[in-house]
Amino acid sequence: MINTMLTISLVLLSITIVISVLRIILGPSLPDRVLALDVIGVNLIASIAVISVLMNTKAFLEVILILGILSFIGTIAYSKYILRGIVVERKRDR
Amino acid sequence: MNVNAIGEFVGAFLILIGSIMSVVSAFGLIRLPDVYTRSHAATKSSTLAVLLTLLGAFVYFWTTAHFISVRLLLGIVFVFLTAPVAGHLLVRSAYRSKVKLADISGTDDLQDVLHQEEKNS
Repeated sequence: MINTMLTISLVLLSITIVISVLRIILGPSLPDRVLALDVIGVNLIASIAVISVLMNTKAFLEVILILGILSFIGTIAYSKYILRGIVVERKRDR
Repeated sequence: MNVNAIGEFVGAFLILIGSIMSVVSAFGLIRLPDVYTRSHAATKSSTLAVLLTLLGAFVYFWTTAHFISVRLLLGIVFVFLTAPVAGHLLVRSAYRSKVKLADISGTDDLQDVLHQEEKNS
């Protein structure tokens, strides 16, 4: 029963990821696509937690931290790119 | 039914509730009309979904293996801090780069403050 509940939640999380990919494909503007990518990152974190419970191991728990940091940095970089048109700004020496 | 079975059931139930919340946020992401309302669906309910799922995994490992996972707690704190900040920054840059609102939206008070010069000229 525990296994069926965990499998059902994995299926629901992958349905969410498929719908977000659909929004990436047909999103009208660039912030729509970046928002859907953020949703995909968050759902990958959740599905890695579910997989780690399902396989009854503790080895995957570092992946949660790494994916959270990467998703946050990616969204920040994209929003700065949308706002300024450039990601890395260099200071000119005067 | 001893403590281990109850803990397993509570963990799996929290994970199931979290994934159902995630599907609800995905429906909001595909059904709402423009990027501002979509960010409402994608930020709030998706954060609640991942918090419930990580809490379920934490309860599961705590009751079955007697293992208090500091990494899962750090993940909960980090997602809870960073997901609203990322959503706010993304919607701010979307408004400042003049992404249009939906047709059914009524008032836009920030237009007079930010984009006034394009309207006058």
